[in-house]
Amino acid sequence: MSLTEADVKRMAHLARIEIAQQEVAPTLSQLSNIMGLVEQMQAVDTEGVAPMAHAQDLSLRLREDRVTETDQHELFQSVAPEVEAGLYLVPKVIE
Amino acid sequence: MINSTLKELSAALAAKKISSRELTQTFLDRIAQLNPTLNAYITVDPEKSLAQADAADQRIAQGAAGPLTGIPIAQKDIFCAKGWRTTCASKMLANFTAPYDAQVIEHFNAAGAVNLGKTNMDEFAMGSSNETSHFGAVKNPWDALAVPGGSSGGSAAAVAARLCAAATGTDTGGSIRQPAALTGITGIKPTYGVVSRFGMIAFASSLDQGGPMAKSAEDCALLLNTMAGFDTRDSTSLDRPVEDYSRDLAQPLKGLKIGLPKEYFAEGLAPDVAKAVEAAIAEYKKLGAQTVEISLPNTQLSIPVYYVLAPAEASSNLSRYDGVRYGYRAPEYTDLSDMYKKTRAQGFGAEVKRRILIGTYVLSAGYYDAYYLKAQKLRRLIAQDFTEAFKQCDVIMGPTSPTTAFNLGEKSDDPVSMYLSDIYTIAVNLAGLPGMSVPVGFGANGRPVGLQIVGNYFAEAKMLNVAHQYQLATDWHARMPGGV
Repeated sequence: MSLTEADVKRMAHLARIEIAQQEVAPTLSQLSNIMGLVEQMQAVDTEGVAPMAHAQDLSLRLREDRVTETDQHELFQSVAPEVEAGLYLVPKVIE
Repeated sequence: MINSTLKELSAALAAKKISSRELTQTFLDRIAQLNPTLNAYITVDPEKSLAQADAADQRIAQGAAGPLTGIPIAQKDIFCAKGWRTTCASKMLANFTAPYDAQVIEHFNAAGAVNLGKTNMDEFAMGSSNETSHFGAVKNPWDALAVPGGSSGGSAAAVAARLCAAATGTDTGGSIRQPAALTGITGIKPTYGVVSRFGMIAFASSLDQGGPMAKSAEDCALLLNTMAGFDTRDSTSLDRPVEDYSRDLAQPLKGLKIGLPKEYFAEGLAPDVAKAVEAAIAEYKKLGAQTVEISLPNTQLSIPVYYVLAPAEASSNLSRYDGVRYGYRAPEYTDLSDMYKKTRAQGFGAEVKRRILIGTYVLSAGYYDAYYLKAQKLRRLIAQDFTEAFKQCDVIMGPTSPTTAFNLGEKSDDPVSMYLSDIYTIAVNLAGLPGMSVPVGFGANGRPVGLQIVGNYFAEAKMLNVAHQYQLATDWHARMPGGV
């Protein structure tokens, strides 16, 4: 299966990355090369093989449900682009 | 002093032959002199480093020093260090000052080590040449025309050029081992889960693992003692008893069984690299080891599997860079969606964007089973290859990289050719095994060659022993590039 320019634009939209029209064709060519490499996977039969996410096949740990964090919002917001009264500022989304 | 082992430095500090301040200043002076050419460091902050050195000197005076107290260590700029600019070599984080420490940094601080600065790397650790850094490429100290490898290229160049006593790296598909090989130093990627990922900026979380990069295996063992440890803040951290990774260094190698994967000595391996690796294996036989041919039949598949799993995980991890909570925000935009899109288009470099797009594609509706799930199944087959192989041998050896360092610019326009250069290292990450690289000579062009040693799960102490015994019998690891 091969990628199209429409796929590239759709992925860029889903990934929230602006892509200029003149970048679409070169991006398509590079992504197609990479997907060409990836297609080699399809030649192998993996019927009955369990997917592997972690070498030790661990399940996630649970912890007690109690407060462990202290309030550091001033410190953490000190690195934000725009903050007011403890809130992150973004462009208006509701008119 | 710049060529001393960590043990020697620690002894000199304890005997008051030198202070940590003097030692730190020595390296800071070398950085000031050589970094403009090598570009190994992104951030140096002499005031902060010297304050840590003074604190270490006090601790030494009080008789409370540990093995790394007062030792200046370069930190890959992927580790958050409180109060330090931490960029991951991206424009996205170029203005980011970390508000907290990674667990690895906490451990070094508790040990009294000095943070000498933050080293250059491929942007978000995505690359094999250090050329994708927003802060420019790093030069290989052995040859200014050559790349240092990547993604931990700055740490590798800093160790090779003696711009630090030792350094840290991270390895997702070879990012400690390949630059270690290309710059003639020693580096080890531990078993997945041994070093905490807390505060280590995420690329592909099921593969990322931190580890030491240094002049010798003995130094790496000391560093790993400090870096390793369970962390409840990392959901895949392993809760295991604390180990002394130096404990087996002195063991003789008589009877050691070395597996040589036939796939690692096949087509694509440069003759000069093969020659140096074969000479190293001959040396191991002199030390009492035996070799056995093994097979890792799914080696070729590791690259396609990796280029599904790593971009998929990256596309998810890097969705956090939205211009809202930290990092870069585009200066002009029309609405929220436009702000996200412009911020990410301007803040990420080309290779990072490519991988996010690939990851988004393989995870998108209708393709998940064909790509992500398929890759996870193949990942198990790749891991099983190693399980089978370790029934026949104690460690696996082969080249770390198919060639010596390539030239700057040689592969930067051809992503696929760059990806293929990690053919011998990627499978180790997929299996979650420990792997290391040890310098074993030079290629036809005078550039270093690395031997890769792969161990079974949690065999780090054994691998360090195997590397150390070779380094007692040879002096490749002690060679230093000319002109630095």
